[in-house]
Order: sequence, then C-alpha cells, then structure tokens
Amino acid sequence: MNFSFTQENLDKIEKVLAKYPDKQSAVMPVLYIAQEQNGYVSIEVTREVARVLEMDETDVLGVATFYSMYHENEPGKYHIQVCTSVSCMLHGGNDIFNAVKAKLGVKRGGTTPDKKFSLEEVECMGSCGTSPMMVINEDYYENLTPEKALQIIESLK
Amino acid sequence: MEKIVLPDIENLHKLDVYIANDGYSSAKLAFTQSPDEIIDQVKKSGLRGRGGAAFSAGLKWSFMPKSTAKPKYLCINGDESEPGSFKDRQIFEYNPHQLIEGILIAAYAIQAKKCYIYIRGEYHKWVKLMQDALDAAYNAGFIGEKMKETFGTEFVCDIYIHKGAGAYVCGEESSLMNSIEGKRGYPRVKPPFPAHVGLWGCPTTINNVETLTNVPPIIKKGWEWFSKIGEPKHPGTLLFGVSGHVNKPGVYELPSGTLLTDIIYNYAGGIPGDKKIKCVIPGGSSMPALRGDSLEGIKMDAESLRAAGSAIGTGGIMVMDEDTDLVKVLARIAKFYHHESCGQCTPCREGTGWMVKVLNRIAIGEGSKKDIDLLISIAGNIEGNTVCALGEAAAWPVRFMITRFRDEFEARVSGHIARDVSNKVHSMRNTKNPLVPVEH
Ligand SMILES: Cc1cc2nc3c(=O)[nH]c(=O)nc-3n(C[C@H](O)[C@H](O)[C@H](O)COP(=O)(O)O)c2cc1C
Ligand code: SF4
Ligand code: FES
Repeated sequence: MNFSFTQENLDKIEKVLAKYPDKQSAVMPVLYIAQEQNGYVSIEVTREVARVLEMDETDVLGVATFYSMYHENEPGKYHIQVCTSVSCMLHGGNDIFNAVKAKLGVKRGGTTPDKKFSLEEVECMGSCGTSPMMVINEDYYENLTPEKALQIIESLK
Repeated sequence: MEKIVLPDIENLHKLDVYIANDGYSSAKLAFTQSPDEIIDQVKKSGLRGRGGAAFSAGLKWSFMPKSTAKPKYLCINGDESEPGSFKDRQIFEYNPHQLIEGILIAAYAIQAKKCYIYIRGEYHKWVKLMQDALDAAYNAGFIGEKMKETFGTEFVCDIYIHKGAGAYVCGEESSLMNSIEGKRGYPRVKPPFPAHVGLWGCPTTINNVETLTNVPPIIKKGWEWFSKIGEPKHPGTLLFGVSGHVNKPGVYELPSGTLLTDIIYNYAGGIPGDKKIKCVIPGGSSMPALRGDSLEGIKMDAESLRAAGSAIGTGGIMVMDEDTDLVKVLARIAKFYHHESCGQCTPCREGTGWMVKVLNRIAIGEGSKKDIDLLISIAGNIEGNTVCALGEAAAWPVRFMITRFRDEFEARVSGHIARDVSNKVHSMRNTKNPLVPVEH
C-alpha cells in the first residue's frame, strides 16, 4: 500500500521542521504524524518519511524500530496497555493484566479478530502513586481493580 | 511547611493566576543581572540536580564555554521512566509556568537560545498541558522575540517540546541528545561531555524538570533563603513519590533530610493492615534496597542516604510490606533493565538477560545455591564496564537486594540442583519474553 502525507500533515511537518536546525531531527515527530494518519508505521511509511526528510531509509527504519511507541502492525481501535512494573505489581497489576487478557481472549501483544482491541503489557508509565493502571490509546486509567478495568473496557464496546 | 515547587495555589497552571502570584518577575530580575551573577547565586544556593545524580546545578552551568561561536543549547529532562518515579508529571500539570520561568533563567545563565523539553511519549496528556502553557507564555511575550519588549532585555530564546517514544534509556543525557537529533537513543561515550560536545556537536546543558523549577524562587528570594531549607549539603525541598504498600501513596514535597520513616508513616499514612515493612527502595527502582528493620533515623538527602548504603536517585520511595515476595520483585526489576538495555555494550546486553533468566529460575523454585553467587558475579561484571549508567542501574538492585536479603533468596533455592547456566539473550529491545506469568 502506497503512503503519502495529506496536505494538512505536510503543513504540520513544515511547522515541526522550524523547531530544529536540520531535517533529520524532525524524524520522531514526523513518524508520529505518519502513524496518526496511517495507524502504524509500515515500510511504505518509512520510505515516504525518508523521502520527505531527505534521509536514508535504513536510518528512518532504525529509529522506528528502536522506539516502542511506533507500531509495526496496526493496533486495535482501542489499544490497551497494562502496567505490570514494580509499583503496579505490588498493587495487583498482574491481576489486571490477566483479567483483561481473559476478557478479550487474546494473547499478550494480540488483537481481537474484529480489530477492536489490542493488548500490551508495559513497563512503568509514571503512575506508580495511583497504581495499578492501564492506558487506553492516549488516556490513563488509574487506581484500578480488575472489576473496574473490565467495566471500562465494557463501556467501550 | 513552605512548598517551593508545588505550592498549594489553585489553578496555578493558568498564566493569569501564575502572574497574579508574582510569576515571571524572577526572570525579569534575572535579566537585569549578568549571566555570571546568576550562575554564582545558583551555585551558592546549593541547588543540586533532581534527576538522579544530585550534581550542583550552578557548577554544571559554569562548565559551559563562554567564548564560542557555536550556538548553545539547554535540554530539560522530563523522560521520567524509572519505575517508582512520577514527580515531574506533577510539575507539568500543576506548575508549568514556574518550569518555563526556570528554563528562561537557566538559558540566560548559559546563554542558550534554543531549549528542548524532552517529555516521555506516554505522557500525551502532560505534553498537551505543557504545550498549552508554552503557547500561553509565547502569546504573552514571555518567550521568543517578544521577550525584548516584555522584559526589556536583549536576550531572546525559544522553548520547544520534543516528545519521546518509549525508551527509558533516553533519560540518560547523551541518549536524550541523540534522540532529539533524530537518531536511535544510544548513549554516547564520555568524554567529551555535553558542555563541550552536546546537541548537534554544540555546548549543551541538561537539567531535570524539578531542578529548573526550583530556580525562580532562588533568584527572587535569594540563595541564602534556599540554602537554609533542609539539609545544608543538599538544600531545598524534594518531591518524594511514595508508592507500593502505603495507605496514602502520592507525591509529597518536603524539606530534604526529612526522616524516611516520617514520610512513610506520617505523610503516606503507614502500611495497610499495620503490617511490618520488609523492604524500601528509596530513590526509584535502580537504587539499593534497604531492609525494613534498618530504616530508623535515615534521612532523605544525598549524603545521609549514601551513608545508609543507598542513594537518593529521583526520590521515588517504593515500600514493600512483610508479605512481599522479594525474589519476584527483583526478577521484575531485572526484567525492566533487560528490556530497556539499548544493547550497545556486551556486559549490559548479555548480563541483564542472564540475570533475568537466573532470577526467574529461582522464583519458580528451580534455582540452585550457586545461582545466588552467580547473580552477584554477573552484577559485578556489569558495574563500571559500560557506556552509560544503565549498567549500574541494572546491577545495583541485584547486588544489594541479594546481599541484604540473602535469607529470602537462600530459602528459595535447593542445595542439590546445579544446572548449567546458559548465557543467551533472546533479543535486545521489545523482547518477546513474557513479563508476567500468564494464566492459561
Ligand atoms: C538510564 C538512565 C536514565 C535516566 N533517566 C532520567 C530521567 O528520566 N530524568 C532525568 O531527569 N534524569 C535521568 N537520568 C539522569 C540524566 O542522565 C541526567 O543526569 C540528569 O537529567 C541531569 O539533570 P540534573 O543535574 O538536573 O539532575 C537518567 C540516567 C540514566 C543513566
Ligand atoms: S550500559 Fe546498557 S543501556 Fe547503557 S549504553 Fe551500554 S548497553 Fe546501552
Ligand atoms: S509501576 Fe506501573 S505506573 Fe509505575
């Protein structure tokens, strides 16, 4: 599948470029813009980003794969990330993860067949004082219990 | 108790409220003095970095070369990804303008015209809040070209946000600079140090978010006032993020040198069910763990904690009660550092994976006595042999948890089984290894 930026996003990129002294430095924000448009960072996306920023394709790919927030595959409509790092673990983060996993019937890192939900287990999200927690797309849900977590997911259906 | 970084003022995040509380007057005052005078005051105040190493902020600024044709840069470290650390996000949310004002003063002191606030990518909400504050400050003429009119100064600077994308190692200052330059976040070999060869090869200073938020009050109220708060060698207040087994987890701003037990029992409300404390990690997950029966009298500042055999780190206090399975906790911590190792150095890349394997083995009851010493030896081989301090961050928890809680580990291993130890790492980042046991 070919990928090219929308005019609106090309304008956004123009603004981003003004923040840095060279084009390569804009690769992270530009990859975010591309991911927002395309849903994930495909090979076609890295190719186009490389063209726009006059970079080597392999360098763009290197950046896209180094950082965990650029998706290699399309996540579900609701991408759920449950923290199981230490502070969350002490407050039952693993129970939240296992409850959500059972509810969705997916594997770790998996997506439901209807592409509605994907589930990821993640490291500390900076909510240790309000743990356990999960993130759905960009929103934090804190002070969870397994029941609360399932209710929240239920409400998204 | 006076709060410096997070004062109890409603809606302080709004520009008009901040201005009504004397906001941006410290910057105005700073611009009437010379950069050297500012550096001098910050040095004398005793302000030390809040990002982990507790290095003198004023001294760091003084390393910036004075006569250079190259542009200079200031990076503000808001990567905040160490498990147990969640304080900088409070500043983004509740006091962003004081951070901006601190950035302006620091930028003036080192004569940096471009500043980059690095915020971890997962903090979408806080990136937005910070951007809103920046936009408001730009519109009001506190940042950018309009500074000339607003402050009546020749000094002009711009402040941008650079959003991370999920890599703990980017909190390390040289990795952070590579990340801003649009590269993979590999830490750089030092020297050269950032003050000489930093962002795009130019002189650069990197400071933590909380560090810079302390600066405006120091300029306004004077270095002497600041230097008298808390412990003289590490003055000021600190943001303590308390998590784990306490009744009231959260961020508490208290003078440095406050007793650890006071923070846990009085401010954070004690332990649920009045249980005993087994273990406390006082500064974020990479700092040496302390035994629950040795907390009496420990003060929370860099020197006191070093004397007690740990370190202040980012002030993230993780409390574990008597029923906690420390083998599991350590295995989980080890997993984090393995996951976050960038893979550049062999001891870190291989060692972290190896420690995870051995710890998991012990956790499921298949470890041998030899494994305990093996872990200490792997940790020892990482320390001091890597490009960046993530190596130490991975080794310390293992070494100290095991030496201080050896009984817990010995109770979990058998004297008989002596397995071969395989030294194999599955992957670098994005490991496909499960992080928690899964119910099937
Ligand atoms: C692996 C690693 C991760 C780090 N993460 C952070 C971080 O998230 N935030 C931070 O301020 N400092 C972090 N640091 C420390 C920085 O390298 C640097 O010392 C600090 O930002 C300097 O600011 P300060 O002098 O104001 O404390 C990290 C260091 C290492 C080795
Ligand atoms: S110590 Fe670890 S994280 Fe740091 S540079 Fe080496 S491999 Fe990368
Ligand atoms: S450990 Fe889960 S948010 Fe910090």
